[in-house]
Amino acid sequence: MTNPQIEIQLIAAVVAMACAIPGVFLVLRKMALISDAISHSILPGIVIGFFITQDLNSPLLILLAAFTGVITVVLVEYLQKTGLVKEDTAIGLVFPMLFSIGVILIAKNASDVHLDIDAVLLGELAFAPFDRVEIGGADMGPKSLWVMGSILLSIIMLLLLFFKELKVSTFDAGLAASMGISPVLIHYGLMSVSSITIVGAFDAVGAILVIALMIAPAATAYLLTTDLKKMIVLSLFFGVLSAIAGYWFAHWLDASIAGSIATTLGLIFLLVYLFAPSKGLISVLYRQERQKIEVSLITFLIHLSRHEEESERHINHLQEHIDWHEVRAKKVLNLALKNNLIAIDNDIITLTEKGTMFTEKSLEYIFENRDEKIESMKESFFLFRG
Amino acid sequence: MTEYFTYLWSDYTLRTITLGTAVLGAICGMLGSFAVLRKESLLGDAISHAALPGIALAFIITGAKDSGILLLGALVSGLIGTYWIRGITSKTHLKSDTALGLILSTFFGFGMLLLTFIQKQPNANQAGLDKYLFGQAATLVESDVRLLIIVTAISLFILLLFWKEFKIMLFDADYTKTIGFNTKFIDITVTFLIVLAIVLGLQTVGVVLMSAILLAPAAAARQWTNKLDVMIVLAGIFGALSGVFGTAISASQNNLPTGPVIVLVASVVVAFSLIFSPSRGLLLREIRFHKNRKDLELMKALQLMHDIAKTHEDISHPHAIRILNDFQGYTKSSLKKLEHRGWIEIEGSNWAMTEKGFKTAAEMYNQQSEDD
Repeated sequence: MTNPQIEIQLIAAVVAMACAIPGVFLVLRKMALISDAISHSILPGIVIGFFITQDLNSPLLILLAAFTGVITVVLVEYLQKTGLVKEDTAIGLVFPMLFSIGVILIAKNASDVHLDIDAVLLGELAFAPFDRVEIGGADMGPKSLWVMGSILLSIIMLLLLFFKELKVSTFDAGLAASMGISPVLIHYGLMSVSSITIVGAFDAVGAILVIALMIAPAATAYLLTTDLKKMIVLSLFFGVLSAIAGYWFAHWLDASIAGSIATTLGLIFLLVYLFAPSKGLISVLYRQERQKIEVSLITFLIHLSRHEEESERHINHLQEHIDWHEVRAKKVLNLALKNNLIAIDNDIITLTEKGTMFTEKSLEYIFENRDEKIESMKESFFLFRG
Repeated sequence: MTEYFTYLWSDYTLRTITLGTAVLGAICGMLGSFAVLRKESLLGDAISHAALPGIALAFIITGAKDSGILLLGALVSGLIGTYWIRGITSKTHLKSDTALGLILSTFFGFGMLLLTFIQKQPNANQAGLDKYLFGQAATLVESDVRLLIIVTAISLFILLLFWKEFKIMLFDADYTKTIGFNTKFIDITVTFLIVLAIVLGLQTVGVVLMSAILLAPAAAARQWTNKLDVMIVLAGIFGALSGVFGTAISASQNNLPTGPVIVLVASVVVAFSLIFSPSRGLLLREIRFHKNRKDLELMKALQLMHDIAKTHEDISHPHAIRILNDFQGYTKSSLKKLEHRGWIEIEGSNWAMTEKGFKTAAEMYNQQSEDD
């Protein structure tokens, strides 16, 4: 690894971490798309800031652009409050307008602004190590590392200082207000922090990939845990992992680093989405299937308990009576047999003592509208454990 | 501007482009109405971004720059993105905003990865692919426009054919299901049409701004009417106008990209509609508020006078105006208004309540206590 390579990975990792923390709160507050709005609408701010400062890493430009981001949020919220358009329509109306203004500004001043339209979307992570800070002639490392590093440090400090406030206001705005925490203040604080982070990261990864860095790690972590602290740590982990894996992937393909990081984030999400222990797609589908069988089982047992006559309890009759496919009927029968709920004698099914107890209990719960109790009852009857 | 429009008839290329953007605006406006009413406004944003890897992959696989094949790729990857979003929101506890943002950004990132990968290939002449980012109306040729018109016609036909189903589905999906419509089929048809419109617009407006063309005309049209059919027609007209004027403005100057200009024109239409619409508009609403507040203040002043007047046997006994000084609602103009309505009479520095004013005030009081 050469020196610039290490530096690029370091910058990518720092950007990923700085994005992941506000991202967690945006996802939890159902405001993930605000990052989409901000990342697009800061463009005019960046262009105007660039006219003034001629330097993409200048603090003035970052503040100016972040201010545009906060204005976007205010504008979106104003539009929502008028009640004339729905929430997400408001977002969809505001940011393309501001983004268009930015694109036109760049196009009209293409000769003065050395701001490439591709760079707007993709960033120029590969060139980041060339723009360096020098103090008294000594090389102090890449400029964007300093910028993002200080943003990350501020974010961590703010997180530690206001963790409790953030947590309470995210999960229960009413409780937060009654505790004397101003939800408005926290809201705009979070918006400002997100804006500044997006502007800082914009230079490195571009307008759209910064959204990936904010949302994807948090969404992935949210599938794995419901503990806020764990979720933040996991997001940081996924962010850094994708940043570094993405870098090497891009290196191998000789393609855009930012695009590759976003792709890695998407792949990691896909894996977790499929295989997460309790919230992944596969376990959700498995659970749904199991619940279907359980409902069938209870229906079946109730049917048995209501019919004394043998003809109704004949194994062949049941299939046509309850109208199940053969496979399904077999599954239910097997499950019931395995749990000693029924006994089959000469193709006539009878409830065992345990089966009668189980059926009576579940009937009782159904009549009393306490369906949820059946869930714990299944445990006590050792269902699904063979 | 007039000069431009005369020029438009003589110039073939410009006419093609203008026709293309107009048709595109119209179809997007009409189908966008469904997106807006289904509260899926930002789905368009996600779909347009998700279409990018499809374009790049279609190019890598076939090596063709023919827009038909590339758009087919866009359609497929847009649909995959859409159904993944649906999967995330229905099977996990992640909310739709997270799902949209996630698909939007990661698919786009993947698309950009592929685009930069294609650029580095020695044999690939990829000059045509960049236009899908911000769109280039100038690259529209007659065959593109013909495709646009055909798709628009087909969409319109489907729209008319299933009009009743689409309409009932929009307003009450559960009811639609209970009376036996195949809601899944209707839903898939609507979604497919929206994805199709987005994909067609990519070449002209680009992935980044496509959602605005879908949303803005519909959001503007929504302000002028409460009827679905009127809204769709209006949205189509607004979309077409944005396309025509956007193209005109961008063609009349150098270095003005068409897509962003169309978006800005559409945004102006939205802003105008939000402010000036007669029934919902912000301006009239503000005027109504103002008038109500004025009325309320007037009533308060009258109430105070009533309180003073009723302590006297003769209700029309004159009082000095200055005893009202402590009261905030009173100004010279409000006194004049009260006099104008015949509730009080002013003589020099005195005011006296009229019979009518006393009655109004007393009744107002009664009404209030009844309401309580």
